[in-house]
Amino acid sequence: MPVAVQENQPSSSKVNGRTEEEEDLEIDYSEIEEKYAVSPLDGFDNVLVVDNVPVIDEGKKKKLYERLRSTIAKAGAPLSGTPDAEGNYSDMVMPWDNEKGESKGYMFLTYPSAELATHALRCLDQVLFGKNRLYVNRFGEIERYASMNIEEGSTPKNWPADSQAVDKEHLRSWLADPQGRDQFVTFRDTTVEINWCGRNATAERAVEPNPKWAELFVSWSPLGTYFTTLHRPGVALWQGKSFSEPHRFTHPGVRLVDFSPCENYLVTFAPEPIVASPQDPDSPPDPRKFAPEDEGNHIAVWEVKTGLLLRTFPGEAPSPPPPAGVDPKDLPPPRKLAWPLLRWSPDDKYVARCLMGSQISVYEAPTMGLLDKKSIKIDGVLDFDWCPDAELSASGKENLLAFWTPEVENQPARVSLMAIPSRTTPRQKNLYNVADVKLHWQDQGTYLCCKVDRLNRSKKVNSSNLELFRVKEKNYPIEAVELKEVCTQFAWEPKGSRFAMVTTNEPNAILPPGQLPKNNVEFFHVDAKKGIFRLMRRLENKTTNSLSWSPKGRFIVLATIGLSIKHDLEFWDLDFTTDDKVNKNETDPGANMQLLATGEHYGMSEIAWDPSGRYVTSTASSFRNSPEPGYTIWDFKGQDLSRNQLDKFKQFLWRPRPATLLGKDEQKKIRKNLREYSKRFDEEDAAEESNVSAELIAHRRRLIDEWNAWRAKRIKELAAERQKAGLEAIPAVAQDEERETVEEWIEETIDETEEVVMS
Amino acid sequence: MKLWDIKTGECLKTWEFPTAVKRVAWSDDDNLALCITEQRSGYQGAIRVYEISHEGDCKNQPDEPITEFSPIGSKATVAAFAPLGHEIITGHESGKVALFDAKTGEEIESNERAHSGAVTDLQLSPDGTYFVTSSKDKTARIHDTKNLAVIKTFTTETPLNSACITPLKPYVIVGGGQDARSVTTTSTRSGKFETRFWHRVFEEEVGRVRGHFGPINTIAVHPEGKCFASGGEDGYVRVHWFDDSYFRSRPYGDLEPAD
Repeated sequence: MPVAVQENQPSSSKVNGRTEEEEDLEIDYSEIEEKYAVSPLDGFDNVLVVDNVPVIDEGKKKKLYERLRSTIAKAGAPLSGTPDAEGNYSDMVMPWDNEKGESKGYMFLTYPSAELATHALRCLDQVLFGKNRLYVNRFGEIERYASMNIEEGSTPKNWPADSQAVDKEHLRSWLADPQGRDQFVTFRDTTVEINWCGRNATAERAVEPNPKWAELFVSWSPLGTYFTTLHRPGVALWQGKSFSEPHRFTHPGVRLVDFSPCENYLVTFAPEPIVASPQDPDSPPDPRKFAPEDEGNHIAVWEVKTGLLLRTFPGEAPSPPPPAGVDPKDLPPPRKLAWPLLRWSPDDKYVARCLMGSQISVYEAPTMGLLDKKSIKIDGVLDFDWCPDAELSASGKENLLAFWTPEVENQPARVSLMAIPSRTTPRQKNLYNVADVKLHWQDQGTYLCCKVDRLNRSKKVNSSNLELFRVKEKNYPIEAVELKEVCTQFAWEPKGSRFAMVTTNEPNAILPPGQLPKNNVEFFHVDAKKGIFRLMRRLENKTTNSLSWSPKGRFIVLATIGLSIKHDLEFWDLDFTTDDKVNKNETDPGANMQLLATGEHYGMSEIAWDPSGRYVTSTASSFRNSPEPGYTIWDFKGQDLSRNQLDKFKQFLWRPRPATLLGKDEQKKIRKNLREYSKRFDEEDAAEESNVSAELIAHRRRLIDEWNAWRAKRIKELAAERQKAGLEAIPAVAQDEERETVEEWIEETIDETEEVVMS
Repeated sequence: MKLWDIKTGECLKTWEFPTAVKRVAWSDDDNLALCITEQRSGYQGAIRVYEISHEGDCKNQPDEPITEFSPIGSKATVAAFAPLGHEIITGHESGKVALFDAKTGEEIESNERAHSGAVTDLQLSPDGTYFVTSSKDKTARIHDTKNLAVIKTFTTETPLNSACITPLKPYVIVGGGQDARSVTTTSTRSGKFETRFWHRVFEEEVGRVRGHFGPINTIAVHPEGKCFASGGEDGYVRVHWFDDSYFRSRPYGDLEPAD
């Protein structure tokens, strides 16, 4: 063994310290051994070792061989051997553990020549085989790696000295802000800025803006870790405290982007079909680029951390041709699924896609293989959504998805819950006279509301009803709430059991300009005694068409968006009390609802709460052709803190926060000791206030000094120039002394009467 | 271009040009006047400088300019004489601000990116060492006459047509408004046709004066700083005299620039 030989080499220091006799006995063979040493690569340079092959038993051996060979061939390095009678190959050997009756998880591949093996090494390393990533090495190198003399902390030879491990910036550093501030990003014209939202909504720059950010649009990942910018060549993710060193995902023409809920995967969509990236035929295919088999697709799925392209999908399927004899114009406009087309289960394990009318396909991440190799056939399925409860699977339960199918022939319409991966349907509900169904999950997955638009006898939509599923209770009880009007907006209270909706009598009325719609806003809650959903409060004759709950619940903003003459916001508190205790009024549950304030923001197009529920922003975006772009920050009470009218303003986005790591008990404790904390914060606020004004005065003083210095210099220069030109000094601006005061007395006789007094 | 006698209202001289005159300006010693003519088919936009004679009844004025030149590139929209009358400051349609030699027409200095929209007005400070420009890009800026460097920027939310510098108080007055043709009829909101007062050192808005119901086209301040006048698309010229409180008020306390 060559390794052993090296160990036996006598060191020179040893030699020096010994007598001659001893030296004679220990003849130095190293020269000879070096000369005749057999390189471990010799003779085996056409053999590769493949690691991380699935461990299987005897029965699956043949199948594994076939699949492996096809994978290897696909990767571009086919083996030429043919199977013998037992299905074994001479160029593919898999060591076997006879005791266990299993394979050992690695295998040897023999190629006809060293060049082919080198090529195969490049092609096969890191290739995915099912869930396993194959690791390929030369046979000889295994020996070398195994005998590498590496101690703790030592670096291999020739390792560049400056390639010290560099600590990456903490991805969630912004959460450790001592003041607990939130960040937001603004996009105006060609500048994208990331700011802290300080006390009273004062913006403070969090990071130096990068001019590269501003191209198409920007967004945050769902937990706020990554700042996403869209560019013509693809998507870039920026992270850490300084938002430097982007991860890039090359997808030319990308228009839409979506993250999986746990931020493990990224989905990109481009309206133009994918064109394979040009690749060097000699190098292995780059797993971060599009391959020829991806051509023509529109959607790409990427792994965020590695940047690897996992799979591409075709875009929306073309709508089926109209039946013969029917004018396509008579048909209702084809339904379109809303983005995202690929929808992730809350734990990132599955991603599903609905092929409208026929099936739902569920893929397993990260292999992106079809679950159980077949789609779920559901005739007529039109829409679906995952239950957003991430704790569901953590507590050992299966993921749930809800979907609905419309009425066909003699079959009623149906809303169903399906568990994934078992594909069981624990609950179904039949519905009649259905025009449309919208699925609304409560954010913790406790409730599912199916908003059903009902057709009347003349086949017009004139009422809605709600089918409320209690998903966390046994047998999934369903409760129906019949409405006399059509519900146009619906929103669950986050982390709560209340919901708000906008209803109207005339859902499709086209209003003449200047006329306002008549909407009603209704609030429902769970009746404490009966345990069913009951109307809590109804606000009539509103123009409201948008509902925005605070992310912490309790507060809601009702807004009128998109009308030309009304742009109001109403800030409501559902549990308003003057003292600290919440006293529920049993007889009138809506009594504690209080309108805190109303506001107006001309031309606003979006409403957004900050993740802590302290601030609300209304944004007028030039993306939506708002006549007065800009944004306004309000506090939750409806006080406008900062109004910013900015030309060419495009986006305002709060940075999302991940879920709190504190348990329920800890949160309770904090709430209990709130007074203690607030005392400290009040002090800090007061200190900051005096600090800020001092800073501002210093800043202004500096501006004045700069201005005065510049003016003095210019005045002196001008005086010198005038002197040179032979002119007198600048004449002082004529002041009061030169002014002439003209006083004019005007006497006017208004009336003159003469009275002769007779005495 | 016409020369008038202010005292009598008599027209002393008329110069005829093939295209419309867009702007006229006096030098600070009253000996020179300039005019910018519009660029039209066949005629380049030109800047002409005339020597104005103060002899006799002033009716005997030279017909030919002492200098005539056409700036290369974007056409000039506004101009003024720099102090001493040796140079001409121009504002251009592209947003460029430049300095020309009044005798040779040679471009001495230029700032191509002074504004991102057409420069609509250019007015000098009382001593001429700095000047303010307004632009369709919704900003007004103070520039150094020497090197054309931007000293201050005032950002509003409406295209600006005019800006001027107030003597006595450290403000600039700006005005403008949406173009008459792009004013939306549905919006009941006014507020864009106001003259705005900005602190010229702190770049902060300090006040607004309402009144016009159309875009403001021009603003001029009294040389002594006692009043200002604004002319609007609505057909009115509004002359506002400043109250005593305007001179007394010190919105920033002791922080006031020397001039």
